[in-house]
Amino acid sequence: MTKRSLRRGAVTTAALIAVAAAPAFAQDEKKEIQKYQQMIAEGSPAELWELSGEELWTKKQGPKNASLEGCDLGLGAGKVKGAYAHLPRYFKDTGRVMDLEARLLYCMETLQGRSDKDARARLFGNANKPSEMEFLVAYIVGQSRGVPMAAGASHPKEKEAFEMGKALFFYRAGPWDFSCASCHGEEGKRIRMQDLPVLSEPPGARKAYTTWPAYRVSNSQLKTMQWRLNDCYRQMRFPEPTFGSDATIALTHYMAVLAKGAPYAGPGTKR
Amino acid sequence: MAGPMKARAKMQGNYADVRVLMSHPMETGQRKGGDGKPVPKHFIQNLTVKLNGKTVIEGEISQAVSRNPVFSFRIGGAKPGDKIEISWLDNKGESNKTETAVA
Amino acid sequence: MDEARRTVLRSAGATGVLAAALAAGLLKPERAIAASWNKAGFDAKSAVDALKSIGAGDTKESGDIVIEAPQIAENGAVVPIEITSKVPGTTALAVLIEKNPFPLTGQFRFMDGALPFVKVNVKMGESSIVRVVAEAGGKYYTATKEVKVTIGGCGG
Repeated sequence: MTKRSLRRGAVTTAALIAVAAAPAFAQDEKKEIQKYQQMIAEGSPAELWELSGEELWTKKQGPKNASLEGCDLGLGAGKVKGAYAHLPRYFKDTGRVMDLEARLLYCMETLQGRSDKDARARLFGNANKPSEMEFLVAYIVGQSRGVPMAAGASHPKEKEAFEMGKALFFYRAGPWDFSCASCHGEEGKRIRMQDLPVLSEPPGARKAYTTWPAYRVSNSQLKTMQWRLNDCYRQMRFPEPTFGSDATIALTHYMAVLAKGAPYAGPGTKR
Repeated sequence: MAGPMKARAKMQGNYADVRVLMSHPMETGQRKGGDGKPVPKHFIQNLTVKLNGKTVIEGEISQAVSRNPVFSFRIGGAKPGDKIEISWLDNKGESNKTETAVA
Repeated sequence: MDEARRTVLRSAGATGVLAAALAAGLLKPERAIAASWNKAGFDAKSAVDALKSIGAGDTKESGDIVIEAPQIAENGAVVPIEITSKVPGTTALAVLIEKNPFPLTGQFRFMDGALPFVKVNVKMGESSIVRVVAEAGGKYYTATKEVKVTIGGCGG
């Protein structure tokens, strides 16, 4: 982890300096990059993660030797179709707002009897050691393809999560005094050749939120929203957020609510 | 054990548009593993596409094809309901195949 | 050379003939044996040598080969290339990435109505010319497209 961070750190610093000083680059280049993004999105290996996820969903595991099929993702026990589009949301059984990944952890522990340690053993995978979480997430989000995003917004806790997410988005800290807004809060920013979407406004939030999780070419793996937040924090030199923490769920909720109404595109493919 | 494979075939005018996703590391033999040693070559070499049991496309590929390959082909003369089978064979002798009906 | 190869292929049925022809280098391995692999071509370090291995030593530039690829690839690990040959009677396509350590990336044979079309994701070590060679009626045609590979920033 350290070596990788150092290497990435040196590269990212230089890139960020470039962000501040660089002029907008040619429209042609932008179009060609869009073409690249379009062409890799046609037929995503993410679909293979969906297939594996479907198998895992029905697999009996843990001390209780049970599958996850009884898991309530918000629309009732076992109802998977469309469930992701309604997350994050408030859950009465836990008394908190939960995103998909926090909910999956909960079901692994309660339905399957797996310990917290076991369920969290491999949250982010790599090519040699994949993560169950990534397969399961791919399957469940795939079942919300085309469904308009409708994260919970009526319960007081949901409103609170939205406000917390917004506050966190603009909260500057860490050794570089960064916040999410440093990169994602203003139009026209980029890191090297990648345009940075503005995530604090509906247009940018819609585009970003409806294309995660995604098969990430750089990792050759499907990466989830919890992973994306974790990696952003790493790049900002913040301490590592706890997986499924209130803070990460609040940030996800903030973007999900801003993305309201946009049809979910299904797991995407990204650089 | 070969990873999952998925294919989709849809009529587009007078040909079937076939897309196939395969799970495969496509190791070039250049990449260094966790232990610092190069990961040995492991990649798909042969691809076969069959229409109703008859071979219509034969492909030979190298380790320069991307990990988790995705291919698209166009099969002229196909009709809805026809069977498309895609199979692969790698340099270690491992193989996998998948079948789909033309929609 | 071409004539001799074609004659051998037409009569290819007896193992003896095949073996002799193979030894004499007259046969393209992929035509004679089902799961063979053009090792000489895939191990070739130059596009020129790779093309010779598939008998395409002499190629003619053609505007009828369409290469659809982004001019800029955000990540060289996955570069999508879509090839269509409009050259009448195309029976085979080969894809080469000139600056890759081993340029020959794929060769495809199309039979019984399969269209001379393929979309494949390739690895590019650096910005390079992508070359496509189409075989039609015993002749070889070629087209190229330049693809630039960038060291990306983020991209999500």
